[in-house]
Parts: sequence; C-alpha cells; structure tokens
Amino acid sequence: MGERITDIWVYLAASPLLALTLTLVIYQAAQWLYQRAGRPALLNPVLVAVAGLVALLVATGTSYQTYFEGAQFIHFLLGPATVALAIPLYRQFDKVRRSALALLASLLVGSLTAMGTALAIGFVMGLDHVSLVSLAPKSVTAPVAMGIAEKLGGLPSLTAVFVIVTGILGGALGPLVLDRLKIGDPTARGFALGTASHGIGTARALQESEVAGAFSGLAMGLNALATAILLPLLWSLFS
Amino acid sequence: MLKALTAILLCQLAGETISAASGLPLPGPVIGMVILFAVLAIRKGVPKDIGTVGDTLLSNLSLLFVPAGVGIMQHAARLEAEALPVVTAIVVSTLVTIAVTGFVMAKLGGSRPDGGTTEEA
Repeated sequence: MGERITDIWVYLAASPLLALTLTLVIYQAAQWLYQRAGRPALLNPVLVAVAGLVALLVATGTSYQTYFEGAQFIHFLLGPATVALAIPLYRQFDKVRRSALALLASLLVGSLTAMGTALAIGFVMGLDHVSLVSLAPKSVTAPVAMGIAEKLGGLPSLTAVFVIVTGILGGALGPLVLDRLKIGDPTARGFALGTASHGIGTARALQESEVAGAFSGLAMGLNALATAILLPLLWSLFS
Repeated sequence: MLKALTAILLCQLAGETISAASGLPLPGPVIGMVILFAVLAIRKGVPKDIGTVGDTLLSNLSLLFVPAGVGIMQHAARLEAEALPVVTAIVVSTLVTIAVTGFVMAKLGGSRPDGGTTEEA
C-alpha cells in the first residue's frame, strides 16, 4: 500500500498538474488563513504560501525545477498582468497628470533611497560585491532587476529572491509604516508601495483602492526605468 | 474574453519585440503596459471585456508571485551565510523607502495629515 502511494506520488510529481494545483490550493488556504486571523501583516498570503510550498518541496525531496514546470503557468501570467496595469492607470490618469511634478520628485527621492540605503547597509555589514550588486535593484520588478544585476556582475537568480522578499515585506509592513506616519492620501500610499516594493506592493495597493493601485503600478514602471539608469552610476562609487 | 486576452498578449508581444530590438533597459511587459495605455487613450475608454480580463488578472496579482518566491529554496546556503546583513539591508531599506517616498508625495501632492486628500494639487 505504502509503496503504491509512493508510486502514485512519483507519477504525479513528474507532471505539471500537481505543482500547478498545489500552488493554487496552498495560496487559497493562505488567503483563507489571512482573512480568518483578521489580516495580520505577518500572515501575508504570499509569504505563507511560499513558506508552505518550500516546506512541502523540501519534505518530499522535490527540486525547484520540477516544481516550476507546473508553476510556470501561473508565473507566465505576470506578463499579461503587468500589461493590464495600464487599465487602472488609464482610469486614474486625470489624477496622475495633475500631480506629475510631485510624482517625479517622489520617484527620484524614492529610487535613490532604495538603492543607496541597501548598498550602504550591505557594505557596512560586510556583504561581498556579488551579493551587494545583486541586492541593490531589489525594489524593482523582477525581470528588470535581474537584467540590471546581471549587467553589473551580480547573480540574477539571487536578485529574484531579494526582489520577492522585498515585495512581500513592503506589501505586508508598508501600509503599517504609512499609517504610522499618518499618510492617508491614496496617491502617496500607492506611489510609495510601488516604488519600494514593485508588483507585490502594487497587489497590496490595489486591495486598498483603485487610485492607490494605479499610482503603485505607475511607480513600479517608473522606478524600473530610474533604477536601470541610476544604479550603474551609483555602483561605480562602490567598485 | 478571448479577444481581450489576445489584445493583452499582443501588447506584451509588441513590448517584448521593442525591448529586444531597442536594447532599452525596460522589460517587454512594462513596454506592453505603455502600448495598452496608448491604445486605451486613442479609443478614449476601456472596452468592457478588456476591463473584465484585466481586473480578473489584477485581483489575483499576489498569487502570480508565488512560483518565483519558492525559488528562494535554491539559494538556501548563500542566504544562511549572509542572512543578517541581507535581512537588515532589505528590511531597513524597504521601510525607509516607503516612508520617504510616501512623505515626499504626500507633502508635494497636497494630502492633509488627517488622511484626507485635497481635490486639486
């Protein structure tokens, strides 16, 4: 009997169906838990789902490559979802146009703070050059961050991890920081979340309001551009 | 629904093509977002089915990051060795960035400290 179950597991684990279904089931369970517990920041559904899946993969000795063969169907949708951010942006464009100057100033300050503080803290605490440059673009959406890191001599897949951790952290704790500072303006909340924590921050901002979501999506796109231009300049000071 | 999905994928495909051909540091989907925005601006409105597909994708945006997040298991050894500096840098940098960006935007964008927003600005 036990042997039969192992056989079935081996059979299923080799097909994309299992990883895909498990990702959906575990994510929805994480969402249920988050709602049930009163939406505490540390039970962020992405964080809980990732932790649950990693635990399961490690316990069953499944490799990330095997898992990703199924999960890539979900991962693929990131592209179309990024394109779709044009929709809230278009609906809110009157507001964007009216605060163009404020947006530009916030973008520059935010982008430089994100790169500068990460590099400074990492440098002081003794990170090596590879980790440092992999860490610097952490606030930027994953595909751009990986490209920037690779160009400057970092490890793209390590950057992807830093990007996701930054996103989860910003999405979970960012709204609390903004509450503490009594920043209630949805344009400021959205722009801050998108600048510091890209798409995961944007997902969180969309839950607050469409205005916050639109400004967050805009910040994500603009900070990708700003970091791609500014980081090579900033990095030349460190290397 | 099928038309809307096709339209979104076409924007992404055009974006990927421009990204690869131009050598711009922007990824295809971000350029695709600009293209879709231009299309909506030219049409002066969001067609109903594009709105439906887009809203469905965006309302589940968090889920889409889970597969990439699980990739953390590939870097366990390096992360264990550098956990303290990495975690400190990410936590402090991210929260300071959110605070500073939100503060500048709220000051310049005209929000009041009570959490209300002004209509002009």
